[in-house]
Order: sequence, then C-alpha cells, then structure tokens
Amino acid sequence: MSGQMETTLIPVLSPEEIAEIDAEISHVPYRSAVAIDALKIVQAHRGWVSDESLRAIARHLEMSAEELEGVATFYNLIFRRPVGDNVILLCNSISCWIKGCENLQAKITEQLGINLGETTPDNQFTLLPVTCLGACDKAPVMMVGDALHENVDAETLTKLFREGGE
Amino acid sequence: MSLERPLTRNVRPDRSPTDLAAYEANGGYQGLRAAVGRLSPADCLQVLKDSNLRGRGGAGFPTGMKWSFVPMGENPVDASGRPAHKYLICNADEMEPGTFKDRLLLECDPHQLIEGMICAAYTIQADIAYIFIRAEYHKAAALLREAIAACEEKGYLGRNILGSDYSLTMHVHSSAGRYICGEETALISSLEGKRANPRAKPPFPQVSGLWGRPTIVNNVETLCNVHHIIERGAEWFQSLGLTADAGTKLYGVSGRVKNPGCWELPMGTPVREIIEDYAGGMEDGYRLRGFLPGGGSTDFLVEEHLDLAMDYDTIGKAGSRMGTGTMIILDDRTCPVGFVKNLTEFFARESCGFCTPCRDGLPWSAQVLDDIENGRGIPEDLDTLQRQVEFIGAIGNTHCALAPGAMEPIQSALRYFRADFERHIDGAGCPYCDGGQH
Repeated sequence: MSGQMETTLIPVLSPEEIAEIDAEISHVPYRSAVAIDALKIVQAHRGWVSDESLRAIARHLEMSAEELEGVATFYNLIFRRPVGDNVILLCNSISCWIKGCENLQAKITEQLGINLGETTPDNQFTLLPVTCLGACDKAPVMMVGDALHENVDAETLTKLFREGGE
Repeated sequence: MSLERPLTRNVRPDRSPTDLAAYEANGGYQGLRAAVGRLSPADCLQVLKDSNLRGRGGAGFPTGMKWSFVPMGENPVDASGRPAHKYLICNADEMEPGTFKDRLLLECDPHQLIEGMICAAYTIQADIAYIFIRAEYHKAAALLREAIAACEEKGYLGRNILGSDYSLTMHVHSSAGRYICGEETALISSLEGKRANPRAKPPFPQVSGLWGRPTIVNNVETLCNVHHIIERGAEWFQSLGLTADAGTKLYGVSGRVKNPGCWELPMGTPVREIIEDYAGGMEDGYRLRGFLPGGGSTDFLVEEHLDLAMDYDTIGKAGSRMGTGTMIILDDRTCPVGFVKNLTEFFARESCGFCTPCRDGLPWSAQVLDDIENGRGIPEDLDTLQRQVEFIGAIGNTHCALAPGAMEPIQSALRYFRADFERHIDGAGCPYCDGGQH
C-alpha cells in the first residue's frame, strides 16, 4: 500500500528514459545541460510533458522544476499539453503564404473541425503553425508526424485524413 | 561551358542520400587526408583566409578571420583543472523564412558536411563538434548520425584520426524549435540546455562560447566548402566566383515562378539569370514586382535591380543584403502589405522576449500592418511604421539582430510600395482581395 502511494506521489522516469537521458549527460559538463534533450526524450515516450513528467526530469537533472519549466515553455516543439497521435505542423511562413497556406488552414479546419492549437475529439490530430520548413520550392508544405508533405492541396488533405495520419 | 559545382556534385536528381562508399568513390575524404596530420592548423587557416570564403548563413563574415580569433596553443586543462575543450558547432537550424538550401546539403550529402567539419575543427583544434539541427529535419538528423557512426568505424572521427595525434568527437543535437536558435549566441545558450536568449558580445564565442570555452559556429553551407578549399587551394576557390566574392553559392527562388528551386551557381551570378534561366521566369499571368534577395529579413529590391550580381557587396550597395541567397518573389497579384504583415507576425512570434524593442515593438508593428491590411488604417500609421523602422531597426537598440532584420522588409516596402499602403488606407481595405493573395 505504501509503495503504491509512493509511485503516485513521486513522479518517476522509466529505465529506458533514464538510460537515454544519461547517455546525453555523459558528454556534457553538468546534468542540467541536457534539459532540452531530456524533455524531448520523455516527450517521445509519453507524447507530451505533464507536470509530473517535468518534475521527474528536473529531479533527475538536479535542477528546479521551475527552471526546467522556463526552458520547456520556451520551445514550441515541447508540448506541455496533451497532443493528438499525429501533430500537423502547418508552415505559414512567407513562401507558403504566397502559395495559399491560409486556404489550406481553412480546409484543415473544415475537414477536421479544429483550429490552430486544437486537437480533434478522437485524439487523431493536433494542428499547429510552424516556422518555414525549408522546402519553399514545394510550397505549400506541412508535416504530419515526422513526414513532410509538399505541394499540399485539398486532395492531399482528404487522402491524409482518411488514412488517419501518415 | 560546364559549371563547377563542388557542393552539389553528389546531389542526385531524386535527392537520395550519398553514403560513405559512394562519397569516397567520388573523391570524398581527400580533403581530410590532405589536412589532418599533413598540414598544420596554421597552414589550413591561411588557406581559408586566402580563399576569401565568407559565411553562408546570412551575415557574410569572412570565415578565416572569424576562426583566427580562437586561442591556439597547448592548453589541455583550464584553471579549475577540467579538460580545456574547444568546440566547433555547425548551425543546421535552417529557419529563415524562404530559405531551403541547407536541407539539400544535409539530406543529399551528409558526409560532405562531416568532412568539412572535421577539417574546420582540425584548423581551430577543437576536440568536440556539434551539429545543431532543427527538430523538423528528422531525415537529415538520422542520416548524419549514421554518417558519424560510419566515420568512427573508418577512423575519420574519434581518437587519433588517420593515425595522427588529432582526435575529434562529433554529436548531433536535435533542437526543439524557435527561430532565434539560429542566432549563434542563442544557439549556444540552447545547446547548454537553456532558453535560447542571445548573449551580449563581447565576449565573442571564439573566446568564450559553449560552456565558457572557445567556440566557432558556422552555417552548413560554409562548412561544406572547407575541405574543398584545403584540398584544391585558395586560388581555385577564388576562380569559381564571377565577382570579387569567391566560390559558388546555393541560390534559391520561391514564390510565383515557373520552376522554384535551389541551384549551386558561381558566386555573383546575376539576379535575372537566376530568376529567368533557372527558375523559369514568372508563372503565366503574374508579373514580378519585387524580391527579397536572401530570406525574410532582407530589404526588398525591385525590377531595376535584376541585372545586379548576387554577391555580398553588390546587393549590399543596392540597399539590401544577399543574406542566405534564397530569394522570395513578390508578384503583382500578391499584396505587399499582406506580404510584410506575414513576415512581421512571424518575427513578432519568434522574438525571444528578452529586450523591449523586439518583444513589444514587433507586435506593435504587426498590429499596425494588420490595421492597414484590414481597412482600419489611418494616414498617421505610415509615420508610426517609419518611426518603428528607425528605432527598432537601429543596431544597438536591441540585444540581437532579429528585430533590426524584421524592419528590413518593412522599411523597403514603405519605400517601393508606398502607394499600396496608401491605397489600403484610402480605400479602407485591401485592393488585392479580389482573387489575389492578401
């Protein structure tokens, strides 16, 4: 009983997460130097970084949770709220804007019923804006998960969303 | 005449990556063999200085001079007795709006970057190297990790490279977003696990950079040149350029052109040749009104500048910057106010928030542009924008170059497309609404 209490009160990292984080720590001068790597590692395992996860990472890195929170909230690809199974990163920088990324965004909203920053009720998709994706010759572009989609049009969207992600 | 294209010689039409065997079969790692253990670091530095290689990330600072500020000589431990590392960092955080050149080099020829980095690290005698790559470049990061492992196995990286007494460890750091990480001191802060706030200079990173140690940060394209220069010499490199600036350059064109893309061409190729011959000219039904020569934080140039050479000095004298060399075209059916509003909203979003002119000034500029675009503008708004350009744009009023860069498209849009701003204000709305991009 008391063991159970402990696991709910003290946030913990999994052995896999610890191993991956420690591999990063091995080549830096102090533990908190891997704050961003650690946040990414835990996010890769858990989908996002909850308050409990944040505290667990901070303890492992021997830094305060508040300081780590300052780091976590600075970076747009560290998710401090739950996201869907597939994160859509829609480029809305200049070359994609010229090629109509705003229409694309409207079509995504129409098809999935979500605006920027929102997740579909079935937890399939989260829609976020992203900085120029470095594929401006193929504008408009977006990423779904790790995959880049180029010259995106209404047809691409329908196909993608029907298949449920990548 | 066939052009020499050292940086893209391994780039295949289908953009499939070149592995170690293919890279070596095409002369790869000969620059490394020529440098490590054969030439002294001082000799390597001299060749780089003589070559007149300038930074390809946007600022165009002479690479050899940048490296010459790194302290040299034996210094195995620092004052507190810890190993006295020196660092080389590759800035692969390509995020400048409209820039898509480093992705090509990273995804198609990872070994070229690694060879360039080893030669660069050898020159400054760095023992640890990082590739700081933006989070979204998953494919490139995986290829680089694979390539580093292959190099370690082959003895190109690790202890006693090629049997010499030089050792180098290389790591890939995948970032977590934010445009400001591309600023070299912000990048260093981020690599230390902190918020990516830029740092005051001096001290310069060459003396006190990553974890307080001497550090050089260079762009991907810059580093990809290094071993070619060491292997083939400064004169060869100078001979590649058409104008005073040396080498080749990855130029790109995006927007309403027939064939948007990225090409390695002699430095100083005329703008018109890049847009008309390589990018195929404007799409049918569109006319060119202006262009940003090298990414979202460069001043507009217009039709009268089409015959200029794309090099640092020529574009600088015309009132803009060559920046990253990847142009963004403004066509006659796209609203210049909407164009600049998109850029300004981007820069406002990406401000790190450290200094007031940037954190509070950029959202103000974006708001004024939004008012004008949406028919709420008043004539005084143009004076407000002009004042912002002068105050926020002045180097020294801000902590780094982000906000002054953000002012460049605004100030030049006010100069070249002022009538468009006035039409928005007089007509209480955007005249491009009818079928154009606005």
